[in-house]
Amino acid sequence: MNGTIPAPTIEYALLAPMLVVFGAAIIGVLVEAFAPRYLRSSIHKPLTLLSLAGAFVITIWQARTGIPTKPSAMGAVAVDGPALFIWGTILVLAFVSVLLINDEGHFVASASAVPGSAEEERALSEGAMHTEVYPLVLFAVGGMLLFPAANDLLAMFVALEVMSLPLYLLCGLARRRRLLSQEAAVKYFLLGAFSSAFFLYGTALLYGYAGSVDLAKIGAALGTVGGQDTLLYIGAAMLGVGLLFKIGAAPFQAWKPDVYQGSPTPITALMASGTLVAAFGALLRVFWVALGGLQWSWTPIMWGVAILTMLVGAVLAITQTDIKRMLAYSSIAHGGFLLIGVIALGDQQQNASALSALLFYLVAYGFTTVGAFAVVTTVRDAGGEAWHLSRWAGLGKRRPLVATVFALFLLAFAGIPLTSGFFGKYAVFQAAVDAGATPLVVVGVVSSAIAAFFYVRVIVLMFFNDPAADGPSVVIPRGTWAVGAVAVLATVVLGVFPQPVLDLAHTAAQSLFVR
Amino acid sequence: MTTHYLVLSALLFVIGGVGVLVRRNAIVVFMCVELMLNACNLAFVTFARQNGNLDGQIIAFFVMIVAAAEVVIGLAIIVTIFRTRRSASVDDVNLLKY
Repeated sequence: MNGTIPAPTIEYALLAPMLVVFGAAIIGVLVEAFAPRYLRSSIHKPLTLLSLAGAFVITIWQARTGIPTKPSAMGAVAVDGPALFIWGTILVLAFVSVLLINDEGHFVASASAVPGSAEEERALSEGAMHTEVYPLVLFAVGGMLLFPAANDLLAMFVALEVMSLPLYLLCGLARRRRLLSQEAAVKYFLLGAFSSAFFLYGTALLYGYAGSVDLAKIGAALGTVGGQDTLLYIGAAMLGVGLLFKIGAAPFQAWKPDVYQGSPTPITALMASGTLVAAFGALLRVFWVALGGLQWSWTPIMWGVAILTMLVGAVLAITQTDIKRMLAYSSIAHGGFLLIGVIALGDQQQNASALSALLFYLVAYGFTTVGAFAVVTTVRDAGGEAWHLSRWAGLGKRRPLVATVFALFLLAFAGIPLTSGFFGKYAVFQAAVDAGATPLVVVGVVSSAIAAFFYVRVIVLMFFNDPAADGPSVVIPRGTWAVGAVAVLATVVLGVFPQPVLDLAHTAAQSLFVR
Repeated sequence: MTTHYLVLSALLFVIGGVGVLVRRNAIVVFMCVELMLNACNLAFVTFARQNGNLDGQIIAFFVMIVAAAEVVIGLAIIVTIFRTRRSASVDDVNLLKY
């Protein structure tokens, strides 16, 4: 003991995408503090988009210059093939979501004003708006980048909170139906904090078991530490609860419909795509790297969770009359399909193919879901977006293009061939069959069929019902138009010509997670 | 013996967890979550002692910071909804269901 602490080495170049996003978020906070009100919006928009695009370019450049084979930042962050692929996916999805956020009329004029009060009237008439949305989104995206790349449980916990805390706030900022929005924020916050406490206690127990929170060291301790199995099993279960909550897997799915419905729709799009991708990255890393040796203990439970999630998502979606709630239940069902891929692990080769299937599914689903929520923002009543399904009747006759685009997204959710959803599902089911999880695939196909029923029901409603006389109007601002175009392009291209992205996912998955 | 501390930590965690499930006031529910986080801290520090390394103690600091940030966000959200509804009861937030 000579009293000195060795300085840690941090590979700044490898962490650059995250640093760019967090740096831009901090600059955004400074803009809020110092720039005059009328300038803020015009600074935030380019800053946010440029930082996301810049981070994406750096990610691509890193992937081309060679994927590191060991963890960076003293073992806290693992920038490996899957992490880079997930980063690229999240950054593109976040960029597209920010285009949606840019369009006016989604966010509250003054969050602190009581709905219906004179104060709110004044804020509305002054044209005030919360530009804090942009730094909050950047912080959330930064957390999403760190979450799937975190290589120890402490970094993962901090990332989980950095990702979630801004989202709790953003949920409560809808411009219309503010009571619902505030309610969504309260529910998301209380349940999210509850679940992260479980995550943390699980971390503490695993730390007690392995003497370290490093995922690889926990993995190495699995066979060697004896007599502490209680700590290990309870810790692993609690960690699983925290992660499955973020994915919205049954029985932890209750928050998802409420939060998706109440939040401003662009934020719902960001949550439904980015958060899901990030949470699956983290789930895979924890269960494959740290708890891979415990596979025989957790796969049966995960089987049950996956089956329950698929069935709950598909069956409850049928009864929904609200378009956003329906999409939320659809997102729960898709979480279940993705969980099939998490279970489909075996030898090295099998793991790589399951992982690449999951990565492809995440890309395909992410784009489609952002596109679907973008369409939801365009169909509007006098009081805001037309959420009730009956209002969508006959949309195909009044606005054929919008209805066709939405129908395309629904078909992709259902997994119809020639859309991206088909190859995503096919790849995951294939990997599961190879791993011997055929019963799961049967349940998956059955719940896909149940889900297809309500997707088709909406399509029938849009095209074969007569429009109401006072039907909703369709407003397509420029940003939303671009988002829709990108999502349609991604859905069709990934459905017709999926090979390049499949190859990319395969390459990214080949090296698996570094330890 | 560190076992007593672990038992205490587990007790605190369970009290917090039960509190979250049965209490009605959002502020109290939130306090119960904080109690759970503090139970985690106690477990971390105890395990640090038991394992003979400092990781757990350092993690406890991180958890405190995160908990502080969570308080800021949580109170902002709860105060906003209280101003709208004149109630902080979690039973009253019932517009979103099924």
